[in-house]
Amino acid sequence: MKFGVIVFPGSNCDHDAYHVISKHVGQPVDFIWHRDTDLSSYDAVIIPGGFSYGDYLRAGALARFSPVMNSVKKFAKTGRFVLGICNGFQILCEAGLLPGALIRNRELHFICEHVYVRVETSDTPFTNELNPGSVLHLPIAHAEGNYVCDDATFDELRREERIVFRYCDPKGLVTEMANLNGSRDNIAGICNSGRNVLGLMPHPERACEELLGSSDGRDIFRSLAATLAAVS
Amino acid sequence: MKAKVYVNLKPSVLDPQGKAIQHSVEMLGFNGIADIRQGKYFEIALDDSLNEEQARESVARMAREVLSNPIIEEYRVEIEA
Repeated sequence: MKFGVIVFPGSNCDHDAYHVISKHVGQPVDFIWHRDTDLSSYDAVIIPGGFSYGDYLRAGALARFSPVMNSVKKFAKTGRFVLGICNGFQILCEAGLLPGALIRNRELHFICEHVYVRVETSDTPFTNELNPGSVLHLPIAHAEGNYVCDDATFDELRREERIVFRYCDPKGLVTEMANLNGSRDNIAGICNSGRNVLGLMPHPERACEELLGSSDGRDIFRSLAATLAAVS
Repeated sequence: MKAKVYVNLKPSVLDPQGKAIQHSVEMLGFNGIADIRQGKYFEIALDDSLNEEQARESVARMAREVLSNPIIEEYRVEIEA
């Protein structure tokens, strides 16, 4: 199994993602510059966090037009796995690979702290090693993480169990207090209808070592690795 | 020719920045404000290769596909001779 980490001008969590794949998942991983278009040798790609194109226009809006994104769309269409973290989630929404949009946090501030998210479903390649209802302690670091979508999209996400993570308190209760950025229904992460594309605002790649305050993020990468091991 | 494009959040989408601006403006003593919404404004200079109708069409497509995110925003295009 081989991973790729896409690098845009302004990506800044690319090395974290690379480190986690090489050290904790123990698999080969490459950086993929945003002008490259050949993803044929990869089984999964990670679109990392950061400020691609300086967040000009809208977060993720300009990265969508990078040459690599056409390839990512085709890659996703063939059922291979795409994980978008933070700015990566914003890019996937702008590119239409995930529904909805991420707007300015309700209280306007850039929020940088550890939060709790509840795993809503284990029926994704990214959460199959986790139990529904389990609580992960993960950092968030964003100013535009307030998830919005229209009612029809929201109903579809719920019906198809595509809401994968929701902000919660330490006990796993989904409360308004825990919803720091104001996201609709506390949504922290969703997947596409094929379940092979996941976007989330929290940073699991920054929570893979106790030294960093939490190692809960490893379960997401372990899940993906288990999925890849099963299909290859 | 010049094109002007105005991009605003849809009325159904909360605009926290607009709300914060409204709050500050009211603190300064401005009265009678019902709502403030913040948007974006683009000025696009066009060369002479397009007629007005083509320019309007091209800029509208640009507004739809790049300058706005149709999930959360709406746009308006004006063409000036």
